Formats: sequence, C-alpha cells, structure tokens
Amino acid sequence: MAVAENKTEKPEGWNRPPVMKPDGEGELLEVAMGPHHPSTHGVFRMDVALDGERVIRLKPVFGYLHRNHEKIAEGINYLGSMPFTDRLDYMCPLTNNWAYALAVEKLTGQAVPERAEYLRVILGELTRIVNHASSIGFLIQEMGASGTPLMYAFKEREKILDLFEELTGARMMCNYMRFGGCRVDATPAWLDAVRKVLAGLPRFADEFENLLRGNEILMARTQGVGILRPELAVNAGVTGPMLRASGINYDIRKVDGYGLYNRFKFRVPLGEHWDVYDRFMIRLLEMRESFGILEQALKDIPGGPVMDSKAKLRGFRPKPGEAYGRIEAPKGELGFYLISDGGPNPYRYRIRPPSLINLTVLEDMCLGNNVADVVLIFGSVDIVLGEVDR
Amino acid sequence: MLGEGILKGLGETARNFVGSYVSAERLTTIQYPEERIAPIEATRDFPFLVYDGADWEAGLRCVACQICEKECPPKCIYIVKSTDKKPDALGKLQIYPVRFDIDISVCMSCQICVEVCPFEAIKMDTQFELSTTDRFGGLLYDRKELAKSNEYYHSIHPIEAKKVDAHLAEEKMKADAKAGAAAAAAAAKAAAAPVVAKPAVPATPAAAPAGATQRAEGEKQG
Repeated sequence: MAVAENKTEKPEGWNRPPVMKPDGEGELLEVAMGPHHPSTHGVFRMDVALDGERVIRLKPVFGYLHRNHEKIAEGINYLGSMPFTDRLDYMCPLTNNWAYALAVEKLTGQAVPERAEYLRVILGELTRIVNHASSIGFLIQEMGASGTPLMYAFKEREKILDLFEELTGARMMCNYMRFGGCRVDATPAWLDAVRKVLAGLPRFADEFENLLRGNEILMARTQGVGILRPELAVNAGVTGPMLRASGINYDIRKVDGYGLYNRFKFRVPLGEHWDVYDRFMIRLLEMRESFGILEQALKDIPGGPVMDSKAKLRGFRPKPGEAYGRIEAPKGELGFYLISDGGPNPYRYRIRPPSLINLTVLEDMCLGNNVADVVLIFGSVDIVLGEVDR
Repeated sequence: MLGEGILKGLGETARNFVGSYVSAERLTTIQYPEERIAPIEATRDFPFLVYDGADWEAGLRCVACQICEKECPPKCIYIVKSTDKKPDALGKLQIYPVRFDIDISVCMSCQICVEVCPFEAIKMDTQFELSTTDRFGGLLYDRKELAKSNEYYHSIHPIEAKKVDAHLAEEKMKADAKAGAAAAAAAAKAAAAPVVAKPAVPATPAAAPAGATQRAEGEKQG
C-alpha cells in the first residue's frame, strides 16, 4: 500500500466534487466523518472522499463550537477577557492565561515580579504534563485501546488538577494570571505538594512507556503513517510537538526565552521519521523534560510579591499601539495579538491558535492512507475544538 | 521477540490491577454520594453576598456600587440601587441594593466580582449541588437567596475570611479615627465661629471611608 510519504502532489480532482474516480472509472464514496464520530468529540467533521479504503480527498469542517470570543473581547475591558481565555484550550487553561497576560503586559509595559514568573513556569509545565499525558491517552483510545492508557493518564492528571484547584480555586477554569503577576500567592504547603506530586511523576512516565512504547500493535499502526514532511510543516506554519516531530528544532521557549525560560536547562526532543509514532514519542519525551524544568524552578523559586505594586487590576487604558504575546503552549505557538486605540477595551483582539493551524495539514497527512488511519492521524494532531473554533 | 512489548504492557496493567487490592494509593476513585473527598479551601463556584450580624437584610455589606455588575464578563449580575439610605455594618448611612440578582445559569465562576469589590461584600461559595427542575426561576437567585452570614463564610474559607475580617477591622479603626479627628476639628471650629457651624456638615465627609473614594474613582475609570 502506498503511504503518504511519496504523495507530494495531490491527486487529480481533489478540489472538485468527487463524483468520479480520478481515472474516470466508477464513483468515489463520500463519507462525513463526524460531527458524531467518537473521535471528533461531537464538534468537528471531516468530509472524506474514498476510493475503496484509500483517502482521495479530505476536507476539515469546523465552526460547530464557535463562540464569538474575539468579538466579545473587543467589547469588554482587558480584565474581562481573562476568564474567557480559559475556555479556549480547556485542557490547558493556565498557558492560555499566560499568553494573554504576556500580550497585555507587552502592550502596557508592565513588569512582572520574579516569584510570579517562577509560578508561571511551574504552572505552565504542569499544564504541559497534563496535556501531553491526556493527549497520548486520547490518541491510543482512538486507536482502539479504549480506556486503559487514558485512565492511567487521567489518574496523574487528577493529581495535578487538584494542585491547580488548591492554588487557583478551579480545576480547569483557573482564571489565575493577571497583568503584572498572579492573583494569589502560593503557600509553602502548596509548593511542597507540587514537589510531592513531581516526585511521583517519573514513575508514572516509566509506567506509561512500559505500557505503550514497545507495543507491537501500536508500532504497526503508527510507524510510517501520517507523514508530515518538514518543508510542508514549515510552510503551513505548524508549531509545537507536531513541528518537532517533523525534525525542525523550533521551540519558542528557546527561541523567545519568554518568562524565565532562559534560566532553565532543558532539551528539545526532535523526530526523525515524521510519523504518528514520532509525535507520540515527542510528547512522552517532552513530559520528561518538563519534570526537569519543574525541579529547577521549585529549587530556585524566590520569595517576594506575586503582583507588581504598580499593576492595575482594572480601569487602565493602554497607549495606542499593538502587541503580540506568544508562548510555547503544549500544542504549539499560542499568540495573542492586541491593538489598542487608547480605550479601555482592545480595538482588535486576535488569537493565533495552535490547534487550528496544525489542523490545516490534516489532508496532506491523510491522503493515500486508509480511512482507519485518518482517525489516528487526526488524534496525533492533538487539537481541542474550543481553540479551533473560538 | 514479537509480542514482547504487548506482554510488557500487560504486565504493567496486571501490576496495577493486583496493586489496587493491596495499596490504597492505587485506588483513585470514591463512591461519590456516600463518600466525599475533603473540600479544598480555595474552591469556588458561585458568588454569594456576605452579611454581618443576625439580620440578613440589615447586615448586607453590599452598598450597590455596581462595580461588579459592570465588570462581570458574562453580565449575570443585576442590581437596583435604593433611593433612601440606611446604616450599614460600620454604622454609617449607605445606599443599599433593593434588588441584587445573579443568574447562576449564566455565571461562569470567574471570581472577578470578588476581586473588584471594594467592600468585601461578595464572596465565592463552595456549594455545588444546586440542581433544580426549574431552569429559569430556580437558577435566578435574588438577594435573599444570595445572602449568607459571615460565620458561613468563615466555615468555608477560614484563612481567607480571617484576612478579610482583619482588613475590615483596620478600615473601621481608620474611619473611626478619622471621624474622631474630624469631630474634634469641627468642635474647635464651632467654638471659634459659633454662628456658621453646623454639626452635620463636617460629619459627612469624615465618615466616608476609603471604600467610598475608591468607588468614586472606579466609576470615573469604568
């Protein structure tokens, strides 16, 4: 069976209604995978044209979860958008908070105390672990291993979500970061609780790897499937673990060094085969790097305030101008682009969601593969529809 | 050997399965309605209004400044100001809310109303078992349903409530000192010029606490 690696050109007729097969013999089968397909979480559809089992054309259709977030944000003040950012990528609310806070801080020139920056790094890396563990779980579930690996991931996720609840008051809709720091300070007891959870995490990663990495079925299903060529990944603007699995060394934590990431030592894992298995392994390895960052951050965290004394919670009016704050969210580059006209609301509020942009290469990865692999490739992109549709 | 990876994975599952019988750490779920996990102090879900003393209506800390109504991102708060004034917990005359409604089917538990309130009047509850068969009226809470005593607040968020009480006591002391100083100044002034002096006039600005000026600023900025 031919896989997508030698499919640089799209087949004839991929962009018109697939009534006939490309060679003019017989009809293609059009299948709407989703929005009720279990792998699409009820809010995403793939219009697939099939020649037998082979995918000839794939069109992602989204918008089922559109909530008008960008326009709402232009109508309310800067603080009011913060709780809405939690609901973008609801698996990792704290990195969304961070990216938005970073954009507004750039716009207003607000400084952030050191302790707050450390807390942000700790929470960001915990979020990355949560996201990667559960995204691997979902990927394996979409392969057919219903439950076990996902439950293993969720067991660990629960512990981290409890930490979030203890600090921020909510498990998922944290609404924690503010312009110029963080809302509440972490108590020493909370930091000890993080250390305790962190001590158990490498064992979880080992267990998870034992469970999955050498599994022959998983290897047969994922290796050589859904290849994303590096030049296409770069041209399509793909970021995050997807891009690094295609062998491109691009991590905004290294490139921008936002926050305090310049102070931490960590490695960036890169893929060699550009397939689904690489994406799965990259996430496992990134989790392990996050443990290292957390250890360093918990060792060095200084005392002091978590909120800049000059920071204003509400009622501020940034000078006219624009700012783009971006971070390496677990799924890729998450950016907030703000334009201020000097009023209390942003004039323009734009989000660059990693999920949506990583999704644009879905067709190129799926062409020529079997329809059963589409679900798997889709799972390896790791999207959250809250962020795709906004 | 083919199948080695699968066996290794199965070994891991078996270890967890057997382990769940011997170690409590591997038992991660509980039987919810009968068993409950210990509440976490910082937990929040929906807002409530704090009152001091025994009478909820007289003791409401809210002075209907409407900052929370303005700042609420999903706009779930509805306030009607009173036209008259009545004494609040600190004993001075204040406007009070005639209506204070929160539609908790709209509320998204973001806590912004709590953060912007200058009077420590609105706080987050932890009560989550709120299901009702009436999806409109049953989820629209008026001020009577929202009012909860300061003791209740202490019982759900003990650490935070202690801080809030200390802060309020400090404010009251400051206000009292200011009022005392102003009264003394007024008395001195009255003694100097008995013809112009009116006892009520100096008392009003002196009684205004830090919160009132903050509120005026807030209205200007908002």
